[in-house]
Amino acid sequence: MTPFFVARGLPFGWAWGLSTVLEILLIAFPVMLAVAIVIYFDRKIWAAMALRKGPNVVGPFGILQSFADGLKVFLQETIIPAAANKALFLIAPIITFTVALLAWAVLPFAKGVMLADINVGLLYILAISSLGVYGIVIAGWASNSKYPFFSAMRASAQMISYEVSIGFILICVVLWAGSFNLGAIVEAQRGFGFGFINGFWCSPLLFPVWVMFLISSMAETQRAPFDLTEAESELVAGYQTEYSSMAFALYWLGEYANVLLMCALNATLFWGGYLPPVNWWPLYYIPGLVWLMVKILFGFFVFSWVKATVPRYRYDQLMRLGWKIFLPLSLLFVFLISGYLMLTGHFA
Amino acid sequence: MIQAIAFYLFASMMILSGVFTIFARNPVHSVLWLICAFFNAAGLMVLVGAEFIAMLLVIVYVGAVAVLFLFVVMMLDIDFAELRAGFIRNAPLGLVLAVVLFAELFVGILVRSAGDLHIGKAVTASATPAGLSNTAAIGALLYTRYLFEFEAAGMILLVAMIGAIVLTHRERGDTRGQNVSKQVARRPEDATVNVRPEVGKGVQL
Repeated sequence: MTPFFVARGLPFGWAWGLSTVLEILLIAFPVMLAVAIVIYFDRKIWAAMALRKGPNVVGPFGILQSFADGLKVFLQETIIPAAANKALFLIAPIITFTVALLAWAVLPFAKGVMLADINVGLLYILAISSLGVYGIVIAGWASNSKYPFFSAMRASAQMISYEVSIGFILICVVLWAGSFNLGAIVEAQRGFGFGFINGFWCSPLLFPVWVMFLISSMAETQRAPFDLTEAESELVAGYQTEYSSMAFALYWLGEYANVLLMCALNATLFWGGYLPPVNWWPLYYIPGLVWLMVKILFGFFVFSWVKATVPRYRYDQLMRLGWKIFLPLSLLFVFLISGYLMLTGHFA
Repeated sequence: MIQAIAFYLFASMMILSGVFTIFARNPVHSVLWLICAFFNAAGLMVLVGAEFIAMLLVIVYVGAVAVLFLFVVMMLDIDFAELRAGFIRNAPLGLVLAVVLFAELFVGILVRSAGDLHIGKAVTASATPAGLSNTAAIGALLYTRYLFEFEAAGMILLVAMIGAIVLTHRERGDTRGQNVSKQVARRPEDATVNVRPEVGKGVQL
């Protein structure tokens, strides 16, 4: 967008600053809007699988339900517990929400269309998602209440465990694509399967890695069946127990923005991102953004599907899955994939 | 100019966070200020063009090490008055440490300005391969010139890790862990019997 403003007579520095701010807004607002829609979508899918109707009162088919909830929450009173650490108590939801939006900066929406085209894009996402745990841990500690504290301890252990295997899974993709840049990773998937299928998923070596990534990303975003941090039968509402009004809403928005981000990563790393599913020329007339959104929504449907059908894990099972199954398996696949790539002369 | 503003922002924030890390009364606040300092250090790394190191700094220190710090410190039950009482007593020791660290930093800068550091055999070429991205350059150096040092560091870490597990592991004997494969392999025929007991007779299991 910078050349546009330079052509209108602005000096380069100002044009760059203005266009960057505009681009940030152009990503942040649609993401927030998408979060509102996707919450409705989630509730509808969940209801349909339980043979209920779900939200159907506000607006046509209840589509405005999330906005009505948002307005309601906005008008409520913010309650801060007397024994809470006030500053940290209020900063925690802001951290969660900000971190959930930050990672979208390096995601390619079409060929070459991303806010920050940096060559360590995937590492940036890993770094940002490792910050997400602070919003929860700080909330648990600052609330000065036992259930949030338990939840914070669970969250920190859970997120660290699954970040390790996610790191190895991402290394598999990076090895094959030869770059940390997300745009380059998407381009490496063009015609990956027999010159016809766009996406890393069709390789027999990368398909199991994708399955592990899907499960790990559910654990990383604390969605069911791994939602032990807010297990209502044990911990009331986990780290959110003491929160009300907008602070609570920020947690909700942040959580769903994180889920959407994980779906977007899933689409970008394994399903060809903004590329059409197959390398056939008429499909390229549909814009890349549409393909990306379809893939994100499909990923989100899988998340809701799992949430509606799978019972919650016990904590020792969660740790066992992370450390004793996914960690050795993902290491094995790093080994296998780098060996295969060496054998076929991929790095030559 | 914007680089200069960013540099002074990151640098001053980092020093401020360091100061608050020391002077915060609450240990949890100390850890949070430390995290802030790490973050600003990562910002400085980005400014000098070492984006790979910056991201690793955030992933390793902020994402893993500091979380463990916070995890431990959160659970401490500390009397703050008692903590502060020891401050004057330990101040001389702290000063000595500070002087030693400063001297090391100073010597390090002197050595750096004297020329490149070579470990093992003498190398005439410049340490940084030109025309490569940050990540590729680090990889190319680590896996060729510094391969032995790199592997040795890995081995030391592995030994430390196994040592920590061996030292803290204890058999408790009274826990019954879940054996998933055994559970999955169990068939209904092994677990249930279908009986039709006669009237007035019990069932022998």
